Amino acid sequence: MTKPSVGGLESPDLSSHDATAHESAPHVPVFAGAAREELDQLLTRYPTKMAALLPALWIVQRERGWVSEDSMAEVSDLLDLTPAYVKGVVTFYTMYHQHPVGKYFIQVCTTSPCGICGAEEVVKSLLRHTGTGDLGLTSRDGKFTVIEVECLGACGFATPVMINEEFIESVTPEKVPGILEDLA
Amino acid sequence: MGFPHPSHRQETPLLTRHFGEAEARTLDGWKKRGGYQALEKVLAMTPGEIVDIVKESGLRGRGGAGFPTGLKWSFMKPGDGKPHYLCCNADESEPGTFKDREVMRWTPHALVEGCAIAAYAIGAETTYIYIRGEFTEPLLRMERAVREAYDAGILGANAMGTGKRIDIYVHRGAGAYICGEETALMESLEGRRGNPRIKPPFPAVSGVFGQPTTINNVETLAAVPEILMKGAAWYKAMSLSNPKSTGTKLYSVCGNIRRPGTYEVVMGFPFKDFLHDVCGGALDGRKLKAVIPGGASVPIQTMEEAEATLMDYEGFAAQGSMLGSGGVIVIDDAQSMVAVIARLTRFFAHESCGQCTQCREGTAWTTKIVERIRDGHGTMEDLDTLVEIGENMTGTTICVLSDSCAVPVISGITKFRSEFESLIHGKRVHSVLTAVA
Repeated sequence: MTKPSVGGLESPDLSSHDATAHESAPHVPVFAGAAREELDQLLTRYPTKMAALLPALWIVQRERGWVSEDSMAEVSDLLDLTPAYVKGVVTFYTMYHQHPVGKYFIQVCTTSPCGICGAEEVVKSLLRHTGTGDLGLTSRDGKFTVIEVECLGACGFATPVMINEEFIESVTPEKVPGILEDLA
Repeated sequence: MGFPHPSHRQETPLLTRHFGEAEARTLDGWKKRGGYQALEKVLAMTPGEIVDIVKESGLRGRGGAGFPTGLKWSFMKPGDGKPHYLCCNADESEPGTFKDREVMRWTPHALVEGCAIAAYAIGAETTYIYIRGEFTEPLLRMERAVREAYDAGILGANAMGTGKRIDIYVHRGAGAYICGEETALMESLEGRRGNPRIKPPFPAVSGVFGQPTTINNVETLAAVPEILMKGAAWYKAMSLSNPKSTGTKLYSVCGNIRRPGTYEVVMGFPFKDFLHDVCGGALDGRKLKAVIPGGASVPIQTMEEAEATLMDYEGFAAQGSMLGSGGVIVIDDAQSMVAVIARLTRFFAHESCGQCTQCREGTAWTTKIVERIRDGHGTMEDLDTLVEIGENMTGTTICVLSDSCAVPVISGITKFRSEFESLIHGKRVHSVLTAVA
């Protein structure tokens, strides 16, 4: 979730291994009303309940902004899985936030094709203009989190940047202030 | 068609000819362009006849492995009483590759139609299009196209009024390169961690949900409707080199090149003309140094090798690399090869699922050593160690991610050794790629 931790290459960032990623207030179920109907509809697409796990977690993240331990427990109940199993799946994939993130979650591609086209300068510009200071940290006002991401699959439009669900192509360091202004 | 650039006269745009036309995304717009005529035609044929035409056309998998598509379809045995599945691999994550993204963004109905035809041909009642989580726009386009096709009665319990059931669902991944590996994709679709499975059993015997499954790439399936409209002979004739590679191929071109974009040329087109003419060649004042022609997992080519290549499955292999996914990464003389390779190995280390020791440890140690050399702290012994680790990572694991990490390292040390040695001997090499954090 924070810095990409490459199998033992960096000392672990302990904040992302915090076992108490619970919500601050008692958990209000995600799957009530429309979200529950949406899940029921999804379940008709697959021969097993388990197959609806990734889609269910997407619904949680859309509704709550992140996937808390409490939400994982709720999902595990609904799909007849154990909370530990659900956590195992959540932690495998990079896109589920296991902690709250900034209102604008910014992912910058820095894999080689973008790297040789200047992605590093885009990262620097984003860190400077969002005031987050470092990768994976959230700005004091809670607005921004910036991370590096592995290949976004838009290498011909270096440097692609994803802000929440929006995909922006051909970002240069100079374009960064304008992009951030449009968000405000 | 070189999207986002106008079509080049040497291109043969079939799959790409409607890129950039917003109207082509809609069902009406697609029908105006001849859409769904192929599906209508094949629903009157027997599944066996369709498989034979695709076999005869010579179409091979466009995702990287190049397996003959018709042959793969023929492994399915409709009518054996089991549920059958078609999976469309839209988890395009190979660095340098972004062609499937454009197919889904601009011509989503071409993929829906290709899926429907394949599903009918292999007897699959259900199709899942597995799209990588980061592809938000392609996901939206595909969901809209599928909904339109259902609303128009093209899909569903009575597909095009024939009484045949064809269901297609779009499934979103959640960020994991490894899920582009076919067995990991099926694990992920089942709601599990994306750990590749040991083969055999192969998907046609036991695939998703333990049932017979065929898995095809987006570009492969999108090519199918036109083959069935115009015939196998028409498709087979599109070959400039050898009869084993037929039709057109999409190439997504990126890196240090004047006109990056998605291009479509006939199999066997000269790579030299492609790079220097079709894609516009090097940027001003720069010189091309190396090419990774088929996505990050294939060996790096020197310019000498690249310029002698005919672009097809056999042509790239004859010049020290592979066609792979068609993701062409162009590297010029302003880059340090060591820095480029270090960033690639870091990618593979990040994306290793961790099941196999050779991969989990090998990708991490390789990255550590290549980065040490990049930062000026390497030794000559490190080069031998890297090759030794790379050899231990090749052919020893459940899937080929491990091999893929060794490939740029070994080909890089073999073909660009002087750059590694210069850094080890303390000479500065200019690079725009340095650690960010």
